[in-house]
Amino acid sequence: MKQNWTVRAITRATLPLLLVLTLVELVGSGLVLGSVEDTLIDAPSLLVLVPVTIGTAGNLGSVLAARLSTAVHLGTVSFDATDEALVGNGLATVALALTVFPAVGAGAWATAAVTTASTTLSVGRVVLVATVSGLVLAVLAVLVTIVTTYVAYRRGLDPDDVVIPIVTNTCDVLGVVVLVVVATLVT
Amino acid sequence: MSMRAVVVGAYREALPALAASVVGGLFAGAVLGGMRSDLETVSGLLVFMPAYIATRGNVYGSLGARMATGLHQGLLEPRVDPSSARLRGAVTAALANGVLVSVFAAASTYVILYALGGDPANAWALVAIAAIAGVLSGLALTATVVTVVILGFRRGVDPDTFVGPLVTTTGDFVGLLFLLFAVRTVEFFLGGI
Repeated sequence: MKQNWTVRAITRATLPLLLVLTLVELVGSGLVLGSVEDTLIDAPSLLVLVPVTIGTAGNLGSVLAARLSTAVHLGTVSFDATDEALVGNGLATVALALTVFPAVGAGAWATAAVTTASTTLSVGRVVLVATVSGLVLAVLAVLVTIVTTYVAYRRGLDPDDVVIPIVTNTCDVLGVVVLVVVATLVT
Repeated sequence: MSMRAVVVGAYREALPALAASVVGGLFAGAVLGGMRSDLETVSGLLVFMPAYIATRGNVYGSLGARMATGLHQGLLEPRVDPSSARLRGAVTAALANGVLVSVFAAASTYVILYALGGDPANAWALVAIAAIAGVLSGLALTATVVTVVILGFRRGVDPDTFVGPLVTTTGDFVGLLFLLFAVRTVEFFLGGI
């Protein structure tokens, strides 16, 4: 797949998608956060949890997307339910989520306790919110990444231009929505 | 390669960078936690925030991914070479798009909140905050991505395994830090928003 590296070519390939994704973020993440602004201001451990949850979910998706994207360029992946590169990377993503999200919760609680002197929620609650959100997000991230990479590949689009932005933004939006829903149910 | 080997390999390669990104994410969270008063003063800032930090990840993550593929394919030399037209093109496009999209996000936040009957902060103040934060965080992130991707590749680490986490980690923290700086600067010059 040939890439053109001029400013104009890169802008033409990425800017329309960036503008659309920005609107998706504003409506999907921004307005959802705005609707629970008072809750987040009152419970800073949840506010601290926002960037780290969406960041970690986006990271899980983007590592998988980057690996699949290079595999597409190198021709070493087949989109098949028995493909070892595909399924193995997906399983690794879920295992990674189960490892890091409990630490994310504990870390967010500690960060809020240290920086804002606020412990509105117990550490157990915050760990539970992070772990449940993380597991749900990992499964969603794998599905979104595989589907997006496959569609880009079938349409002859360069996965580097489209897959990572779509995956990270979908994970951002899902991250905020899943976090807000889980936090509402658990706290 | 067996399935088990793929899972273990992918897990081991990704875990250190992911763990580092969690630490970075918590720093970003600490900055956000410290911005509670600004979030309350500047109406619309919390709505704007996810789109703004996502732009950092999108634009500079795409720059990193493009460089990684270029290095793998031999299109890009593994050194910081300002005379390389490809490197210059990729960097300039990332900076220009990063600032443009931040400003677009701020203007859209104002329009959407206004249309929904909300009471967003002054439109020009939001746009100025986005522009200042976009330029400063863009410069910092471009320098970070270019340097780290090239150094990593030279040391035999596949940039694909760390570009995403690197950008989201530094992107969120650096992005929020410059957002805080931009908000306080605009507040200072306007004497409140």
